[in-house]
Amino acid sequence: MPDDVILETRKLTKEFHGFVAVNSVDLRIRRGAIHALIGPNGAGKTTVFNLLTRFLPATSGSVIYRGEDITRLRPAAVARKGLVRSFQISAVFPKLTVLENVRVALQRKLGTSFHFWRTQRTLAVLDGRALELLAAFDLDDYAHAITVELPYGRKRALELATTLALEPELMLLDEPTAGMGREDVGRVVALIQRISAGRTILMVEHNLSVVADLSDTITVLARGSVLAEGSYSEVSRNSAVLEAYIGAEQ
Amino acid sequence: MIAAGFNRAQWGYAVLVVVGLAAPFYVYPVFAMNVLCLALFASAFNLLLGYSGLLSFGHAAFLGAGGYVTLEVIRAWRLPIELAIIVGTVVAVLLGIIFGALAIRRSGIYFAMITLGFAQVVYFLVLQMPWTGGEDGLQGVSRGKLLGIVNLQGNLAMYYFVYAVFLAGFWIIHRTIHSPFGHVLRAIRENEPRAISLGYDVDRYKLLAFVISAGLSGLAGSMKALVVQSANLSDVHWHRSGAVVLMTLLGGMGTTLGPSVGALIVAALENYLASYGSWIAVITGGVFIACVLAFRRGIVGEIRALVKRSF
Ligand SMILES: Nc1ncnc2c1ncn2[C@@H]1O[C@H](COP(=O)(O)OP(=O)(O)O)[C@@H](O)[C@H]1O
Ligand SMILES: [Mg+2]
Repeated sequence: MPDDVILETRKLTKEFHGFVAVNSVDLRIRRGAIHALIGPNGAGKTTVFNLLTRFLPATSGSVIYRGEDITRLRPAAVARKGLVRSFQISAVFPKLTVLENVRVALQRKLGTSFHFWRTQRTLAVLDGRALELLAAFDLDDYAHAITVELPYGRKRALELATTLALEPELMLLDEPTAGMGREDVGRVVALIQRISAGRTILMVEHNLSVVADLSDTITVLARGSVLAEGSYSEVSRNSAVLEAYIGAEQ
Repeated sequence: MIAAGFNRAQWGYAVLVVVGLAAPFYVYPVFAMNVLCLALFASAFNLLLGYSGLLSFGHAAFLGAGGYVTLEVIRAWRLPIELAIIVGTVVAVLLGIIFGALAIRRSGIYFAMITLGFAQVVYFLVLQMPWTGGEDGLQGVSRGKLLGIVNLQGNLAMYYFVYAVFLAGFWIIHRTIHSPFGHVLRAIRENEPRAISLGYDVDRYKLLAFVISAGLSGLAGSMKALVVQSANLSDVHWHRSGAVVLMTLLGGMGTTLGPSVGALIVAALENYLASYGSWIAVITGGVFIACVLAFRRGIVGEIRALVKRSF
């Protein structure tokens, strides 16, 4: 595997009771790129994410991350290696404060997460960094609000801030702009652009203008298989892709 | 806001400490001790249900094991009381590690069923093993002297010993909830997949919570057995596992004081209704249903919500 490839899948396959949701997918993600995974609903994009992060076991095939086969690791171990995902449905800790959400992510590095005899005041050393992250996402005004009370777009921003707190090498974003108004979408696009510096991003995205703005490479998935791959202009001229999209819309 | 740098919760605790100190002069000390032991048991259970989201239906096993083992090592090995309590607690911890290691991967009803199954095995063992006294249980074990000095045969001395142990246990639970570990536990309860995606091996955190809960339940069982100087099958019976669920929900799960309030209510009902025989179960059941319908968050949970709304 060449050095500039951070993640590679080989014939990655997932079957659910005989239904093949992901069919022999070969992906190669270049280090430092923003790579988009697109395709109609039900194409298998979220399932690919689940396979990469080990939230689901693959039926066959393998996942190679930084030259290491991670196909059999536990999901938390994958995350600790710097391959961190977000979720299609907003993933926050609703009853924790906004600050605490980010702090939970920062906390692991202290190495005291099993220390039940210490006071949580020892976590205050992380508050500075947590506030910094929140400020970068315009969330510092909400730092002490209970997360469930945040507007939807802010929750997604918080999710990004929390993911970023881990300083992942490879970030997987599942539909980061889903359900957002145009204003929020613009903000998230700018955020993704900003956080992509020094890391690799693989994202599932439905909004094609977001994909066009952000991504270096696009892989199109349809019915579990790779249909096409290339730059936005290449993919958008591909007749098979157009057909799959139009076919799926009707 | 309030003098002497106390916040509202600390004032609450201060009042409780005073009430606890005065209690044996107003109520029968053995009753008060029983309440304290059940309160510690329910609080330990709440660490699991209220703060980790795990419903164990086998916690009687830990309570019973702590009690039986403590009495037996006093009787057979002549261990001093404080060592006997430690041995009883350690056995409960070991049981917790075994139960937990096998049950923790499951969730919801499956977790409850596996813990129930284990507790039934423990019940069976207690019934069959030669040293546990079968149907009769263990009886007439002397409390002895604390540190070889303080004679605990007197109920007042014993009360303050039980009370000190209760406060220590309660403090451990409080510390755990408000520790870096407790912080992760809350995150897991709120959104488990997200906690995993942040790199936490959630099963290990749940296991530690389970073991702490089991150990403190064993401690409560040790103390309870010493109070009544006996241990019997009702301590390991599944009724007991059910009763602790009831106490916790009644008082308010996920609240610090709820389980203790629940334990007090259940113990008081059982005490005052003792003459009604088997009608106790029906009456406590009725009270439970009424409370759950009227106060869905439990008594303390409702009070807390009320206080929050009005300030
Ligand atoms: N856990 C599961 N069990 C059974 N079928 C599933 C499961 N997860 C996804 N699928 C099916 O796999 C297909 C791909 O789903 P998904 O990966 O969520 O698609 P996408 O994210 O591209 O919209 C769908 O047909 C879906 O119904
Ligand atoms: Mg999806």
